[in-house]
Amino acid sequence: MAGKKAPPEINASSMADIAFLLLVFFLVTTTMDTDLGLSRLLPPPLPDEIEEPPDIKQRNVFEVLVNSNDQVMVEGDVMQISELTEATKEFVKNPNNDLDLPEKELRTVDFFGNVEVSKQVISLQNDNGTSYNMYIQVQNELARAYNELRNELSMEKFGKTYDYYLETGDKPKVKAIRKIYPQRISEAEPKNVGGVE
Amino acid sequence: MSKFNKDKEKSTPQVSTASLPDIVFMLLFFFMVSTVMREVDLKVKMEQPEASEIKKLENKNLVNYIYIGSPTEAKKYGTSPRIQLNDAFATVKDVQPYIETKRSEVNEEEIPLLTTSLKVDGDTEMRIVTDVKQELREAQALKISYSTREKVVK
Repeated sequence: MAGKKAPPEINASSMADIAFLLLVFFLVTTTMDTDLGLSRLLPPPLPDEIEEPPDIKQRNVFEVLVNSNDQVMVEGDVMQISELTEATKEFVKNPNNDLDLPEKELRTVDFFGNVEVSKQVISLQNDNGTSYNMYIQVQNELARAYNELRNELSMEKFGKTYDYYLETGDKPKVKAIRKIYPQRISEAEPKNVGGVE
Repeated sequence: MSKFNKDKEKSTPQVSTASLPDIVFMLLFFFMVSTVMREVDLKVKMEQPEASEIKKLENKNLVNYIYIGSPTEAKKYGTSPRIQLNDAFATVKDVQPYIETKRSEVNEEEIPLLTTSLKVDGDTEMRIVTDVKQELREAQALKISYSTREKVVK
């Protein structure tokens, strides 16, 4: 057969261009946003018949109020947000066994033996007009106080930070540290105070 | 000495580009696999606050999202903050049914692991957020996460 030629080869040099085009498309549309956030657990809904709330001594409660002008009041005094972490740490730790600061009770914790654990509770109350920005900042500062306390304790005892044990998943140690500094943030129902309307 | 300089005159060979498509395809597949297309069109302004003590939300299929903020199309919908569930505006009353439908979509044993991610614009007032939180309590969806951006530590 004289007329039959070998089929011409397909030119593949544009393949790279096509692939690049697709690549750029995916590069542009990709959002590799990992969802980051402050995790919290809401209290379960209140039962119909209201029980008496457990009696908590005033000295064990750290009252944080945020009004509609985004001002913070802690234990009756106006406070800047930047001071909140230190104040919270001071309260939770109660290093000098101050009578105005929370009581402590002896508890047995793994690794630590008998330790004094403070009976602290943080009560956070915000106004309906508080901005979400402020609310998150306050939550963040409170969480930071706990994390710093836990880190300090962990450094003292094990020589490594609490974050390190969280990341490596060393559950017993994490649990022990959490038992000494339990994060107790209670949120009161918001009030309409100090706002217009 | 001249022994060693024999081949000096040769021009340098061209770099073969034949493997270029392969490399590009490899990259392409990586991005195709890792891409998560945004599931919803945001209808509300979303400038999340910053925080430093944050955790990553794992297991994305077990996360429900609630968006709260003022509508981007202010002329059409006004400026007061609205709730967005899936692709549409909703009211506080719709939160519980939304959680219920989301629950029916996952396996029964995974229901306790469901987390609600609150994506709230920073300028929103707490009033609407509190209302949503109360609804979530009623719906027994107690695990929540306040979605934030990461604060750059100075």
